[in-house]
Amino acid sequence: MTTLTIDHVSRWFGNVVAVNDITMSIDPGVTGLLGPNGAGKSTLINMMGGFLAPSAGKVSLDGRQVWRNEDSYRHIGIVPERESMYDFLTGKEFVLANAELHGLPDPGAAARRALATVEMEYAESRKIATYSKGMRQRVKMASALVHDPSVLLLDEPFNGMDPRQRMQLMELLRRMGEDGRTVLFSSHILEEVEQLADHIEVVVAGRHAASGNFREIRRLMTDRPHRYLLRSSDDRALAAALIADPSTAGIEVDLAEGALRVQAVDFPRFTELLPRVAREHGIRLLTVSPSDESLESVFSYLVAA
Amino acid sequence: MYNPTVARLTYRALLGRRRALILFILPGLLLVTAIAVRLLTGADDQTTADLLGGFALGTMVPLIGVIAGTGAIGPEIDDGSIVYLLAKPVKRPVIICTKLLVAVGVTIVFSAVPTLIAGLVLGGNSQNLAVAYALSAAVASVAYSAVFLLLGTVTRHAVVAGLVYALVWESLFGSLVAGARTLSVQQWALALGGKVADGGLVTSDVGLPAAVVLLAVVTAGATWYAGQKLRGLTIAGEE
Repeated sequence: MTTLTIDHVSRWFGNVVAVNDITMSIDPGVTGLLGPNGAGKSTLINMMGGFLAPSAGKVSLDGRQVWRNEDSYRHIGIVPERESMYDFLTGKEFVLANAELHGLPDPGAAARRALATVEMEYAESRKIATYSKGMRQRVKMASALVHDPSVLLLDEPFNGMDPRQRMQLMELLRRMGEDGRTVLFSSHILEEVEQLADHIEVVVAGRHAASGNFREIRRLMTDRPHRYLLRSSDDRALAAALIADPSTAGIEVDLAEGALRVQAVDFPRFTELLPRVAREHGIRLLTVSPSDESLESVFSYLVAA
Repeated sequence: MYNPTVARLTYRALLGRRRALILFILPGLLLVTAIAVRLLTGADDQTTADLLGGFALGTMVPLIGVIAGTGAIGPEIDDGSIVYLLAKPVKRPVIICTKLLVAVGVTIVFSAVPTLIAGLVLGGNSQNLAVAYALSAAVASVAYSAVFLLLGTVTRHAVVAGLVYALVWESLFGSLVAGARTLSVQQWALALGGKVADGGLVTSDVGLPAAVVLLAVVTAGATWYAGQKLRGLTIAGEE
């Protein structure tokens, strides 16, 4: 059972602050590091993996600092986002080299086991240069698992995988989490994190925006004010009926667009209210369109919350 | 201070890249020239010294040193695949020493050995010239490999920096400015070769004791510093 601790960690590159005073603890189980592109996830993972020194703060593994501590790699397995590998090697040679570098007593057996875990034996004799993105991802995974690490760090592991490969990898990571390993993966896709992570850490613009299980994060996201663009057969009558209900906080008649802009503060109630009000008043709904459903706007709300 | 897996990966990466063609082209050119000179002019010690000193030691050895020294680590750092070496419980100085040994081995095989063969073709080791220049090439291979390996560790422009040192500093400035020759791996290596050769055809601007000390200090210093740089190597993400 290994815990990775990030203690008031910041990292800046010149004038750019990539990670801003983040404190979190990654415990055994599967943790999703969620955030939009450019949020600082990779920078954070690189610091957790000992490839980047924090400008301030400390990253430690069971109390021992990770940066400049080669021995920590006995416990950590890393799946980097970058595609570059030793393309001139076959998959088997690559995983075997990783096993040897870990100084394992039987590197051949460890490499075979790791390749079997990711179901890549069928292509193990092919050069990595000939692999698809998904195959590369799985071989990277095998190289990270070859020494049976207690901590696994994966940077955007599902990128480029087809749905079947994605499901297999999710199943594997879930199993590893259930075995008591500390698994952390980053993603900018909410659904991936939702399906896999027991615990979620949300990072936006280098800051730690939220932390908790998926339900808590989802509630935060769902409870935020939602904005909708509505068009109907009678906009003004619809506006009058909607504003009477406490689930709406504001309605604007957008003359240029010929539409209503509605801000809903109670999402579940509003979704039930709108069709009912329309039916009761004999109003025909022509457009119901969420205008701020992008992940970025959801994240921005979390940061402000 | 040696890891066989690191050595295997380095060796295969080094010889698998397109730039490795230069490793074959330059010695090939030397041998073809040596054969042609021998056939056209016969054996002549001065010609042997000119060709081995001018082309082999002056151009071929540093160029192969640049390819092998920077190529042993630079591309891995550039494309990020070094992460697979660094994410292991292997001491960073061990990685550097192993890569240095591979670079030295490759440089010797592709520069000192062809120099010896070319010397034998040109004059049958008359006045020990072939052995003297081969020894100089071997000694220079060690120092060049260490210096260029360090360059590969500290800068993304290691090949350019290496070429500037080898061709501009050693060849151009070395031939124009006497002081530049004192700070030249080539001259240090020639000081050792000069002790082996007869007849005073192999000369150096640096005395033997100074040459030995400078070679040792530069090789050891560059290797140590490269190990330190690798310990603190930062790998930036995609973001």
